[in-house]
Amino acid sequence: MPAKSYTLPGLIIAGFICLFVAASVSALLFYSPGFNPALLWQDAYYRHVTKFSFYQAFLSTILSVGLAIPVAHAFSRRHFFGKSFLLKLFATTLVLPVLVGVFGLLSVYGNSGLIAQLLAMIDQKLPFSIYGLNGILLAHVFFNLPFAARLLLQSLHSIPSEHHQLSSHLGISHWNKFKLIEWPCLRQQLPHVCGLVFMLCFTSFATVMALGGGPKATTIELAIYQAIKFDFDLQAGALLALWQILLCGSLAIGIQRFSRPVPLSNTAGKQSLYLFNDNRAAKIWDSLWISLVLFLVIPPLLMIVINGLNAKFMSVISSPSFWDALQNSFLVAIFAAFIALFAGFFMLLTSRSWRLVGIDFKADQLELIATIILVTPGLVISTGLFLLLRNITDVFTFAIVIVIAVNALMALPYVIKTLAQPMLQVAQQYDRLCESLGVFGFSRFYLIEWRAIKRPIIHAFSISFVLSMGDLSAIALFGSQDLRTLPLYLLQLLGSYQMESAAVVSLFLFILSIGIFSVVEQISSQNKTY
Amino acid sequence: MKKIIPLMALSVIISMPVLADKLVVYTYDSFASDWGPGPKVKQAFEKNCACSLEFVALDDGVSILNRLRLEGENTKADVLLGLDNNLMTEAQKTGLLAKHKVDTSKVILADGWSNKTFVPFDYGYFSFVYNKETLLNPPKSLKELVEQRQDINVIYQDPRTSTPGLGLMLWMKWVYGDQADDAWKKLAQKTVTVTKGWSEAYSMFLKGEADMVLSYSTSPAYHIIAEGKNMYAAANFSEGNYTQVEVAAKVKSSKNEKLADEFLAFIVSDEFQSLMPTGNWMYPVTDVALPEGFEKLTIPSKSFSFTAEQVDNNRKTWIREWQSSLIY
Repeated sequence: MPAKSYTLPGLIIAGFICLFVAASVSALLFYSPGFNPALLWQDAYYRHVTKFSFYQAFLSTILSVGLAIPVAHAFSRRHFFGKSFLLKLFATTLVLPVLVGVFGLLSVYGNSGLIAQLLAMIDQKLPFSIYGLNGILLAHVFFNLPFAARLLLQSLHSIPSEHHQLSSHLGISHWNKFKLIEWPCLRQQLPHVCGLVFMLCFTSFATVMALGGGPKATTIELAIYQAIKFDFDLQAGALLALWQILLCGSLAIGIQRFSRPVPLSNTAGKQSLYLFNDNRAAKIWDSLWISLVLFLVIPPLLMIVINGLNAKFMSVISSPSFWDALQNSFLVAIFAAFIALFAGFFMLLTSRSWRLVGIDFKADQLELIATIILVTPGLVISTGLFLLLRNITDVFTFAIVIVIAVNALMALPYVIKTLAQPMLQVAQQYDRLCESLGVFGFSRFYLIEWRAIKRPIIHAFSISFVLSMGDLSAIALFGSQDLRTLPLYLLQLLGSYQMESAAVVSLFLFILSIGIFSVVEQISSQNKTY
Repeated sequence: MKKIIPLMALSVIISMPVLADKLVVYTYDSFASDWGPGPKVKQAFEKNCACSLEFVALDDGVSILNRLRLEGENTKADVLLGLDNNLMTEAQKTGLLAKHKVDTSKVILADGWSNKTFVPFDYGYFSFVYNKETLLNPPKSLKELVEQRQDINVIYQDPRTSTPGLGLMLWMKWVYGDQADDAWKKLAQKTVTVTKGWSEAYSMFLKGEADMVLSYSTSPAYHIIAEGKNMYAAANFSEGNYTQVEVAAKVKSSKNEKLADEFLAFIVSDEFQSLMPTGNWMYPVTDVALPEGFEKLTIPSKSFSFTAEQVDNNRKTWIREWQSSLIY
């Protein structure tokens, strides 16, 4: 029974993941005997931290999604030069290493950024500071508004063209059309989009670390890190980590219940435009929103490139610590991406063979295990492992292995999401044929899967690669002078206000992540095989 | 792109371990940096030891202790350089440090030196440093700065990572006692930022991001001697200034115990001590001659410090008090 043997590796991997997470959580439990969230709530500081986590995530969600609605609306009915490029750019803000984005924002809105320099010309001082809540919100909107706009744009594209024609015939006003046709469609998607953005902002680590971090602007995620690194309060760290799991778990369940996810496809922007009763006010309105998003997204990205080519360029790229960090980043990203792809592939082999015989329930559960990291943030897992390994060995010698493992785990949900559908389809099409021809094992993978779904496989790999390349949360606790990745190196440079060197590192990280991501996507989309 | 491959190869070669005996010293970044005393200390020590001295630079003094506790017995450090009088009891309680064999009778600190674990390497007084040309009317007391001066903004360091930051926390506690939380709230209104370490704070101050920065009464000596600039001064507060003695200690798990002992003994030698005034910009702990320029510094009228036991008993509570007063 060949079909049977396919399920085993996936099960073993799922077992490993459970073991991995369980080991980490049990270490956390061990360090916080009698886990009691009430203790956290009685402590004024941790109460503030919890409140602040919710508060900033709430505001970030309102701002990102609220602004994304008119932006998506404007995009849905306008065509302009560079629109498809802009939409592609929108797709990259989610894989853009957070610190690189933050650096871009600093060089526009920071104390010595573009705006401050322009104001200095007319002898004015910057009226705001990017550090603290302002900066955190700005960064969250920068990362999430484009993402939300893309999701909403997709749902606007799902409106049947007959509806547009009809409303054009009837000559109803823009507001009424929005209210009667577009809003109901958006409303279905909103809980899901809000939920996603809220989760992303709630567990945001690098942004808060770089722009907040003072007692006033600290999230639970950062408080875990600080409890361990600043206070050496392992118990508080463990307690906070469990608290974070509890909150994220409840949030995830809540979001699941109230929303219906719509898969994100790459087709956004290719939809044909529809006719509508245009007028001047509508034109101005739409251009306003399109320019707003242009001003939000373009200048920081541009500044990353411009600032990166500065006088410090040579001194940075000739320093051994830079090459060391680069090398580590590559190691982490490549291994994490391969492991995530490998684990995801085998788990999907198992789940699809179950699906084919109709046990969807079991398949769903298996895939849920692969996405377990969504409710236990990377930092929480690495905190647990850190505490676990501390008693056994020198954690810092195993650091890179842990960082790779945690990053692979963090990339796994993306692999599953990308490959689940294509792999199922391939099996439905070719399983019988393969069995009759006796094509199994690697030759089956090479002859069938690789040829049929090369593109999603490469996509899954490149997403995992780029996410691991830019990740800070797994390395944060384990990093040391012996193990630095580019994001950690960048954080240290930003932390010591060495802006010029930080600019060079940002540029490299930007090229390595976004560059590789776009090139791979470009190449794999050129030789489509199906 | 052609250059990248040789560079990568080079970086591999550079990062290869050296086979000679290596003494690893955890310190804070301003000590180890090119403009700090680190390179000269390294050179002077290596001259006589047939070994290599490696500094591992951490954010600031308290980070050194945190780092040691995180690594526990598996630490690679042989010597810690840059803890201070406030942290001694807490550091000793980790059980990770060993007793030294250094003769500290030459130490000229006011109360002499009798601690058997820690060797002092320099001392100084925490002070707010300002630019005389831009701040014409500096505050004359900590209370004036905290309660009255709305026109001044400051940068200080995080007490959880930095010894000057910890020093300010203790200073505030000394002056304000039970009212410290209220005072922190007032100070928060004029705080530009709280940095992790001293060097970030000081370089931000020099860039003009704040009127005053928490540093040392000896910091202006750097500008006088190294730069020939006389515009920086340390404010003399009528309550007195908090004293810091910076100390070093040997790590128990060190595999280079002999070298570590040699290094600790080297610390109180004239050669090391005379590097302190113009390297770390602090007072030496033995009777070596002070360089010209130090006579221009103001010496605080009064100075004080808590005992290490007092700090150990209260540090956590007081840090929480600081944290909690900043959140509203």
